[in-house]
Amino acid sequence: MKSYYILLFFSLFITVSNAQEKFITKKGSASFFSHSPLEDITADNDQVLSIVDSSTGDIAISMLMKSFAFEKLLMQEHFNENYVESDKFPKAIFKGKIENFSDLDNSKQEVTVKGILTIHGVSKNIETKAQLHKQENNITLDGDFPVAVADFDIKIPGIVRNNIAKIVKVTFALDHEPYK
Amino acid sequence: MKRFITTIAILAITLQVSGQDLLDILESEAPDTKTFTTATFKGTRILNGHSVENSKKGGLIFLISHRFGRINQGVDELFGLDQSNIRFAFEYGVTEDLMLGLGRSSFDKTYDGFVKYKLLKQSSGKKSFPVTMSLFSSIAYRTLEDFDPANEPSFNEKLSYVSQLLIARKFNSAFSFQITPTFVHRNFTEIESDPHDIFALGFGGRAKLSNRISVNAEYYYTANPLESIEAKNSLAFGVDIETGGHVFQIILSNSITMIEKSFITETTGDFFGGDIHFGFNISRTFQLGKRKIKK
Repeated sequence: MKSYYILLFFSLFITVSNAQEKFITKKGSASFFSHSPLEDITADNDQVLSIVDSSTGDIAISMLMKSFAFEKLLMQEHFNENYVESDKFPKAIFKGKIENFSDLDNSKQEVTVKGILTIHGVSKNIETKAQLHKQENNITLDGDFPVAVADFDIKIPGIVRNNIAKIVKVTFALDHEPYK
Repeated sequence: MKRFITTIAILAITLQVSGQDLLDILESEAPDTKTFTTATFKGTRILNGHSVENSKKGGLIFLISHRFGRINQGVDELFGLDQSNIRFAFEYGVTEDLMLGLGRSSFDKTYDGFVKYKLLKQSSGKKSFPVTMSLFSSIAYRTLEDFDPANEPSFNEKLSYVSQLLIARKFNSAFSFQITPTFVHRNFTEIESDPHDIFALGFGGRAKLSNRISVNAEYYYTANPLESIEAKNSLAFGVDIETGGHVFQIILSNSITMIEKSFITETTGDFFGGDIHFGFNISRTFQLGKRKIKK
């Protein structure tokens, strides 16, 4: 009976130690690039939040749409007002898993990341390859993947159809540190 | 039984801790940032008068405005379209908060220059602020030579000044409202009883119908109107249509002019008596300076 309680007591510690295996960044970067015959558009967000649970390989990423910086300020306003509707849908969120995370060694290697990406209130399953470097006190994850604007119910009016690509390239660089 | 309940209780706590969602952690770790409200209005004008919006830093706006004659002039004047007033203007965003503008109106052949500065910005989050406040100041120089050559007004007498405090709030993404205390000073008046200093209060708002279309209304109440003319308060209704770098505004107003000293104090049309001028503003923004994006 006594040993039973001791066991239960220790099970609490197991979960606490799990929390120590999380890695987080608040200054990750994400950018997107739209290439079209008339113009190339880039926007950068360097306030991306990302967290990795190294015991499971689970990953969650969150960013404010209003934190994307454009070269043209009017374009940034239109992005938030007319395209991604940041007042209604302030964040882009990814929730997924880095596959076979526990099998990885400490070298930089290619991994598959699978999960659900939510932009503009629309969720889509995505799968992409990324470069992962797992170290004692640091996990970096870099990569890029294509996003079809129409998949997320973001409408491009006819008049600017030639200025905005139907598929934009999203690039990310996340440098996680131990979460305390 | 007691042991069973304890087990369930402990397991529930354990599961809750280990199952703490990663997104919840991100939520709790997210910095509490101050976010400035953007796009209270689509353009630098509500309709006739200025809104709290400025040209973005490095953005040059070319603004073409037209007001036609009165609709109730009938088919002979093609409902006012035969008579056209135009104003061209360049407006430039020197900084994020400071905008300068130069314009020329065909009505009274008037040149105008203005400064608009954002004093306070509406924001949400940390240390939020409920409204945006801008200061607006303009000078208009009338060059129409309708005077008796022997009695030419001096340079100073052809000048008028306007100062406004623009106070606006974007209540939500669809609705914005602005109150505009206004002071107009005219160096020259037609008759003795005309006031040199005129006080007015403007009210303007917009309601968005879609992301790119809104309906706007604007009204200026004048406390001490000019005596030499049958001055009326200025009223305008309109629609904003925004496409990329353009904003089109289609306007119905009892004012025929497009600068503050004029439409606030010199409007004579009776809107509900049919003295309505059809008009439009077209703005095109050219980005002169690009912001550097860190690589």
